[in-house]
Amino acid sequence: MPKLSVWFVRASLLYLLLGSLFGALLLAQKGIPFHAAVWYLFPLHMEFLLVGWLIQLAMGVAFWIIPRFSQGSSRGPVGLVWVSFALLNAGILITAFQYWLPDAVLIGRIAEVVAGILFVIGSWRRVKPHGVM
Amino acid sequence: MPLLTRTFIKTGMVCLALALVLGILLALGVTNGLFPVYIHLLVFGWLTQLIFGVIFWMFPKYSVKKPRGSEALGWWTYALLNIGLLLRAVAEPIQSTRANPLSGWMLVLSAILQFLSGLLFVVNSWGRVKEK
Repeated sequence: MPKLSVWFVRASLLYLLLGSLFGALLLAQKGIPFHAAVWYLFPLHMEFLLVGWLIQLAMGVAFWIIPRFSQGSSRGPVGLVWVSFALLNAGILITAFQYWLPDAVLIGRIAEVVAGILFVIGSWRRVKPHGVM
Repeated sequence: MPLLTRTFIKTGMVCLALALVLGILLALGVTNGLFPVYIHLLVFGWLTQLIFGVIFWMFPKYSVKKPRGSEALGWWTYALLNIGLLLRAVAEPIQSTRANPLSGWMLVLSAILQFLSGLLFVVNSWGRVKEK
């Protein structure tokens, strides 16, 4: 597994932990209410599990698994995908500040979109038939 | 494909089928506490469970002696995930329509079991996420 995939996948595992911890607190609150402020965790629960865990894991595994080039950089423009990784995680973390910064969700989502676009650009040519260099 | 992976994936498929049936009920207007169950059957019972099974099967070997890490931890992950999800599927609709201490504590237990399932999975998989 390449270093960048290790970073993607380990980050996704951390988001799985955090997102499911928030989810557990929310579910417990539904069962036996203990603190109404727990509901503030709801958007973070969704962001961390959908983007931080599922999407990030898919990106990390895709970078590792999809076909490589036999000439030049085997996994294409790796630097671009590193920037995608950094922006994706910056975006997720920025959205976590939505209760303090009103524009945090918008800024975070823009960072996530740019991350997604860079990932697509960096991976597009690797989605190719067998035998293509 | 190891037995644990097959068990994860087949249970995930059952969750997918159940979620799709729930989707029909939701479309028919039966909504009492079922929407969160529907979402979690899809995202946790199906997608996450499928991923857990495939990662246990395909990720880099942990070591020559224990290529897939601890199989026992893997089975605990499976059991906690599915018992937690089942408890939620039963208790959440009850809690949203006729809240009572039993369904409330069932939700608390479900929350703990589902979190522990994720924690055990991360503990068991972390060492397998490594450079070649």
